[in-house]
Amino acid sequence: MMSRLAETWRRAADSDIWWSFTRSKLVMLSALITVVFFVAAYGAPLIAPHNPFDLASLNLADGFKPPVWVDGGEANFLLGTDDQGRDILSTIMYGSRTSLSVGFLAVIFAMVLGITLGLVAGYMGGAVDAFIMRVADVQLSFPAILIAMLVDGVTRGLLGADKHSEAAITVLVVSIGLSYWVQYARTVRGSVLVEKNKEYVQAARVIGLPGPLIAIRHVLPNVMGPVLVIATINLALAVITEATLSFLGVGLPPTQPSLGTLINTGQQYLLSGEWWITIFPGAALAILVLSVNLLGDWLRDALNPRLR
Amino acid sequence: MGSPKLLEVRNLRVEFPTRRGTLVAVDDVSLEIAAGEVLGVVGESGAGKSMTGAAIIGLLEPPGRIAAGEILLEGRRIDNLPYSEMRRIRGRQIGAIFQDPLTSLNPLYRVGDQLIETILTHLPMSHADARRRAVQLLADVGIPSPEERVDHYPHQFSGGMRQRVVIALALAAEPKLIIADEPTTALDVSIQAQIITLLKRLCREHGTAVMLVTHDMGVIAETADRVAVMYAGRIAEIGPVQDVIKTPHHPYTSGLMGAIPSMTHKHERLTQIDGSMPRLNAIPQGCAFNPRCPKVFDRCRVERPEPMPAGSSEVACWLVKEGAHV
Amino acid sequence: MIAFIVRRLVQAALVMLAVAFIAFAMFNFVGDPVAIIAGQDLPAEQRIQLRKDLGLDDPMPVRFARFVGNAVQGNFGLSYRTTQPVGGMIAERLPATLELSFVAALFALFAGIPMGVFAGLYPNSWISRLMMTVSLIGVSLPTFLIGILLIYIFAVLLGWLPSFGRGEVIRLGFWSTGLLTLDGLKAIILPAITLGLFQLTLIMRLVRAEMLEVLRTDYIKFARARGLSNRAVHFGHALKNTMVPVITITGLQLGAIIAFAIITETVFSWPGVGLLFLQSVLYADIPVMSTYLVMIGLVFVVINLIVDMLYFVVDPRLRAQGARAGGAK
Repeated sequence: MMSRLAETWRRAADSDIWWSFTRSKLVMLSALITVVFFVAAYGAPLIAPHNPFDLASLNLADGFKPPVWVDGGEANFLLGTDDQGRDILSTIMYGSRTSLSVGFLAVIFAMVLGITLGLVAGYMGGAVDAFIMRVADVQLSFPAILIAMLVDGVTRGLLGADKHSEAAITVLVVSIGLSYWVQYARTVRGSVLVEKNKEYVQAARVIGLPGPLIAIRHVLPNVMGPVLVIATINLALAVITEATLSFLGVGLPPTQPSLGTLINTGQQYLLSGEWWITIFPGAALAILVLSVNLLGDWLRDALNPRLR
Repeated sequence: MGSPKLLEVRNLRVEFPTRRGTLVAVDDVSLEIAAGEVLGVVGESGAGKSMTGAAIIGLLEPPGRIAAGEILLEGRRIDNLPYSEMRRIRGRQIGAIFQDPLTSLNPLYRVGDQLIETILTHLPMSHADARRRAVQLLADVGIPSPEERVDHYPHQFSGGMRQRVVIALALAAEPKLIIADEPTTALDVSIQAQIITLLKRLCREHGTAVMLVTHDMGVIAETADRVAVMYAGRIAEIGPVQDVIKTPHHPYTSGLMGAIPSMTHKHERLTQIDGSMPRLNAIPQGCAFNPRCPKVFDRCRVERPEPMPAGSSEVACWLVKEGAHV
Repeated sequence: MIAFIVRRLVQAALVMLAVAFIAFAMFNFVGDPVAIIAGQDLPAEQRIQLRKDLGLDDPMPVRFARFVGNAVQGNFGLSYRTTQPVGGMIAERLPATLELSFVAALFALFAGIPMGVFAGLYPNSWISRLMMTVSLIGVSLPTFLIGILLIYIFAVLLGWLPSFGRGEVIRLGFWSTGLLTLDGLKAIILPAITLGLFQLTLIMRLVRAEMLEVLRTDYIKFARARGLSNRAVHFGHALKNTMVPVITITGLQLGAIIAFAIITETVFSWPGVGLLFLQSVLYADIPVMSTYLVMIGLVFVVINLIVDMLYFVVDPRLRAQGARAGGAK
């Protein structure tokens, strides 16, 4: 048993993926930063220095404190405070949690939708396939942000402003997810079309195995690599899209602040010189997205150099 | 071979640095080509024959590089020339023909423009003269109504016709040597013979020497004056084509021939060589062929044989030293 | 050639119909026009009469046909928010967005393509590495963040350029332009860079990737084997072949610029259609939203058509195919 474990470990350590991982310091740094973000975001209630949403602990006298290394800064508030005296570091941690959650849920939504539609299109062929892929083509030419805003506006019209605010996370996840399903569908469909004509699938059909079962059994393992790459890069895109929507005011309400909301509320103080309120959440967002993007890039090259 | 040496390759070694160590694609290869001579280079894929050709025209793809040895054209070293000087040799002194005519021509340019461009690069000529020459070249390689075809795009030609265009391009500036790397492999069998015949005729007319790289022994037998048999990056046997075919000295050559008159056992004639060529990162000690060799003996597993004279050929095999006949 | 164009025009019309249908559906299923026009207090009988007068009781195909007919004439109804005609609202703000997008696109193209070519030709030079690293940061920075940073540096810290608005504009008939005054030109610099930067990085990375790809092909190797100069190989053979995919993606990206202008216009309070769209989303102002959708759809369809025409110019294979088979891609 031990020897088999050792063997597995040795092979993993010898694999090309691991090799390309250890070769690039940048990739390792990105992985480290991503992990730190996860821990900070999801561990925020435990490790954040303050709870910025506990109104009782807020003191307006703490408002507009600059970062600790600037004159007037306090060690208690490492990165300074905002207008209401909330600790910027803590709001970033809580905000990252919202941003990452929306990102993950949107990616999962897009992935499930895209894979399903891809399987259906590939297996059914004919008119169904043509219809799905046409929709994909048309949708692909519209920027995600526009689709997400349209979905948001329509639900706002359907639900009314109050309910819309309550359902904000769901609306956001659906609108971002709806804008990113196309790539999954295309990848999966392509793979289905290749597999469909292979002999073992034909044989399985002849002995009466149902088509969808064959699809799931044989196609999904083949596309896991590309799907993982798309999902990683999509996570970065989804986080950006969420932040952008929240920045524009059509995303999350100020009661559930994400990084985008923080940047938006901080922006008004930029002109009067309280730069830290918006710059630090902005930097956090940029570093998070950059790290995830670098990981995605690396994963793509490591799994398949020809995939673009 | 009384004619002067046109090309001389001495102890050429081509290496590919990879993350798992350096691969030696061409190892200690020496060969000569006389003016007007056709040298066939034969071997399995990965034997280093294309790599040798690429090294000669200075187009090894990075990270491949010449690690040792030298290449001389008419007595002048060309393997260490800077790019700008080497490019004046390419096309003008040494032409090249690649395997796949479908991908050798730029799809966005008319064939005439590609010809004219090559001619004007190397020969002092007016554009109008270059165009006349381009038409003449197309006529020479047997393309019907060349005046019209010169303005066509590559996709308007069939595969065989495109390879004729490629030959015209290789000959455009009258090089002294053409390196033809598997020029017919990608073509229909029915067209292969035509192209080989054309290439042979044109080179004889122009006095052009050819290094014909192929895995097809039949083509070599019909076309070449001399043949070099390569195995795992080294030359196994090199000599006049008739001698090598009639009396191969290296067991690998015998295997390649398939049917050898001197072999007495009938079943051996049709037997393929067992196994496959070693990967470049796993070349065995001693003679690289020893795991597959039917005549292997102890020395083969320890010591690597260098080419040694055997009749009119040179053969890298210990059997020659032992005086045994294959 | 003509068959190809006709085919493409039919396809474009179909896409526009689909977009129009989505816009129409938004109109029909979101909100009650009667309540919005007449208020909630209207008695039931009058309400029914108004429904009839507005044609809301007609069968759906009839209503859709009417919608398309009106749209073609530039009649998109009244805004829920301002009760002004939507067509007029958009027309008034369109010049601002088009000028911004145009300047941003020029910036993205004229900086992006040469940078991509350089990075493709000399992938190991430190300049290329620097450009690639910076471009990755550029892709990772959301547009609005870039805008905020630029405002902070050039408007707040240095005070060189204005942080919002179009500056001084001149009216030329129905068109108002900010490109003819120094003030207006200064005002467009930061927004145009903000809007163009993302496209610039995309175009640069794409051109680089295509260039590397093309440089590996056999015909490039053969061109070298023919002894052509580096310049002829790189700028004659490689660049021309790189252009085919670059045209496609770039075309689509330029369309995306107009949509992405929403963000830039918000950051810089730029009085264009993007800002109008954002306001309409916040108020669930469906007529403006659906009109904007139709407009963006039209922009994409037109750009797609132009891209297809450019293919014809660049790629002789398509010309032959188009003549034979009507140009199926």
